[in-house]
Amino acid sequence: MTNDANLLPSGLPRIESMQMRDIVKRFPGVLANDHVNFDVNAGEIHALLGENGAGKSTLMKVLYGLYQPEEGEILLNGQVANIHSPTDAIEQGIGMIHQHFMLVDNLTVAQNVALGLKSSKGKGFVLDLDVVTARIRDLADKYGLYVDPEAIINRLSVGERQRVEIIKALYRGAALLILDEPTAVLTPQEVDEIFKIFRNMAAEGHALIFISHKLDEIFALTDRVTVLRDGRVVGDVLTADVTKNELANMMVGREVLMERHRVPMPVGEVRLKLEDVNAVNDREQPILRHISFAVRSGEILGVAGVSGNGQRALAEAIAGLQPVSEGRVEMDGRDVTNLSPSQMFEAGLSYIPEERMHDGVIKNFNVAENLVLQDHQFPPYSKGIFLNFGTIDSHADEMIREFDIKTPSKDTAVKNLSGGNIQKLILARELDRQPRFLIAAQPTRGVDIGATEYIHAQLLKQRSEGLATLLISEDLDEVMAMSDRIMVLFGGEIMGIVDSDQVTVQQLGLMMAGEKAEDVFAQKDLAAAGDT
Amino acid sequence: MNENLTILAIVLGILHSGIRLATPYLYASLGEMFGQRSGVLNLGVEGIMLLGAFFGFFATFQTGNPWLGFLAAMVVGALMGLLMAFISVTLKAEQGISGIGLYLFGLGASSLLFKTMLGTVEGVSGFAPLNFCLSSVGIDSSFCLSQVPIAGDIVFSHSVMTYIAYALVPISAWVLGRTTIGLKIKAVGQNPEAADSLGVSVDRTRYMTVTFGGLMAGIAGASLSISLLNIFQENMTNGLGFIAVALVYFGGWSPWGVLVGALLFSTVNALQLWAQVLGLNIPSDVAVMLPYLMTILALALPIRRAAQPAALTRPFTRGEN
Repeated sequence: MTNDANLLPSGLPRIESMQMRDIVKRFPGVLANDHVNFDVNAGEIHALLGENGAGKSTLMKVLYGLYQPEEGEILLNGQVANIHSPTDAIEQGIGMIHQHFMLVDNLTVAQNVALGLKSSKGKGFVLDLDVVTARIRDLADKYGLYVDPEAIINRLSVGERQRVEIIKALYRGAALLILDEPTAVLTPQEVDEIFKIFRNMAAEGHALIFISHKLDEIFALTDRVTVLRDGRVVGDVLTADVTKNELANMMVGREVLMERHRVPMPVGEVRLKLEDVNAVNDREQPILRHISFAVRSGEILGVAGVSGNGQRALAEAIAGLQPVSEGRVEMDGRDVTNLSPSQMFEAGLSYIPEERMHDGVIKNFNVAENLVLQDHQFPPYSKGIFLNFGTIDSHADEMIREFDIKTPSKDTAVKNLSGGNIQKLILARELDRQPRFLIAAQPTRGVDIGATEYIHAQLLKQRSEGLATLLISEDLDEVMAMSDRIMVLFGGEIMGIVDSDQVTVQQLGLMMAGEKAEDVFAQKDLAAAGDT
Repeated sequence: MNENLTILAIVLGILHSGIRLATPYLYASLGEMFGQRSGVLNLGVEGIMLLGAFFGFFATFQTGNPWLGFLAAMVVGALMGLLMAFISVTLKAEQGISGIGLYLFGLGASSLLFKTMLGTVEGVSGFAPLNFCLSSVGIDSSFCLSQVPIAGDIVFSHSVMTYIAYALVPISAWVLGRTTIGLKIKAVGQNPEAADSLGVSVDRTRYMTVTFGGLMAGIAGASLSISLLNIFQENMTNGLGFIAVALVYFGGWSPWGVLVGALLFSTVNALQLWAQVLGLNIPSDVAVMLPYLMTILALALPIRRAAQPAALTRPFTRGEN
């Protein structure tokens, strides 16, 4: 009888308690975890909160056997556990949902689940997918994780992929689940759904660790929060006992301004205009369909959408990096369709690309060089074919001071800077040339709170000086706080352009899932009519 | 009338040669396919084939037993594959360059061994055609399947090495599609991080496929020296190993695709040989270029690329990416 109470719906034993004691993990030059204590019990959802680089992922990789700690021990149900690889972790009932999906795109759900199973669960050499499929259906029923076991992964929505990840862990008998920012690519509705599943799992006796830097989600889901800063635990509190501001302050180590102030601004002339723009990818599939909009001087147009719905293609189509197959792009009334990136640049476009390490800087070049990447062939940075290092250096000093770029020197290779400071460097380079139009793609992704505040302040300052900005972001809070109007993209198509003061997160979520603005607002009117 | 018979004979001859000449392609390409499916491109196939050809020949020459030659070629090929795995998986070296290194090593080593251990071109009696004769006790004459008109010579007059090569096509398809190891290979070549997170050893899987690929390339070489030609001479593979690598791309990383490609190329090869034999008015150099030209054309086909393993030529290190 007691036996039954100790089993999970998956039929496997619970992990009543897990403790990590005095974990120390060093990387060359960095103390990633400095005597960290962390624990979780069956039935509990414990949040691990911290900025990028605070040591959250390192700690969880230690628990999952991907890293070996220099000091400290892990206890499962009070016993010291030896976890040297993911295989060990899986065998002891620990599962991990990674930040990026760990799925093989061209295989089916069942094949992904079957991958790497110990032979006792399959038939050894010969793959028995029928057994796997049946058990997936069984788990899907017990946990409400509905997904077709025979579907190929690249045909599934991101929400479904997330469910596959959870099924993978449950199939292997996970009693303790590490959830590493599992909501990063989901719409608000999908987040609600997955949170229901997580709560249900905790109620059934699973232990859950939830890693996030989104405060709202922590309050919506978790029982307890541990805050990490610079590799150390700075707080372990019950979620009900703290406020959002207190958590933010713990995380950053100082007072944080949670509200951003966007004062209304009169808008000016049209700076950028797209008319019925279409584009296709290298496999001739449409990635932008009938895109038409305009951005005016003094305006920030936010672009919301689940990642991969045409945001990147849109930015690149304007920047001259993605050919436009049909339609027209105008800047300041001039046709600039399919001009080269350098011609767009001369026309007054500045572009903060989404992949800053890949498209924004040259990692091995130093700060001064990266600051003149576009302008180096023009005076005053060069004369004829010769670079003028004097002006390049003094320009770098000026930018470092003005944009508060934290770097040991202007000769430091950019790869040694933090994400936030690299982003400040790109911002300095793109804004210093006083552009007519700015595309900012994911300008604060992976950037610490301090730098985020700074970048937002700069964008608003430029707006007040008349810059027209297209702000592409997957962070809905950012889009809503910064934009005057919000455009939602789905499947390369515009679902609607709405005033940011007149739309709710739920409505944006529906549009992100593919509903047109008209339909979304019609529903609201209907609901309002029903209330009265 | 007579002319028609001659044409028939020539067509039959081309088909017979085509099936026969596909043997080395099949061994080498199927082996290479497993390596590439797991993410490792081995351009050294040609070099491994040369060593396999030499050791297969030498062992047969010394012992008179072609099975010992077969075994020797397998062992040498596997060792070369193991070397490639060590270089590309453990040392994480650039795969294209290390493959070319392996080729040059095989080319040089096989020539040196030939000069010091044989000196002149010799012949052996390698694997003989099977002919599938049914001899009944008491009756003097026996009937052979190879005597069946038309199909008999095309299908039933090859050596055991050729039949094994063809048998390996469905076996490879079965291993890739229906076994746990096949699933691991595909996953490791497509998304090694995902495989690693589920406790599948990326390195072990790649060592296995690359070593197996080497073993198969060794046999491919021996199929030339102890089954098709029954001699060994310097650089006798003559670019065949590189075509075998290209055939993997051509075949869209599938055993059946490889089979189609191998047959197509070997038939073109046979056509070219017959054109020379018949003294057709085509410069023989043009005829010799034909298969290589086809290789380039085949590789330029864009439709194949979708099937390419996503992690091909990308070394794996845990915790990166």
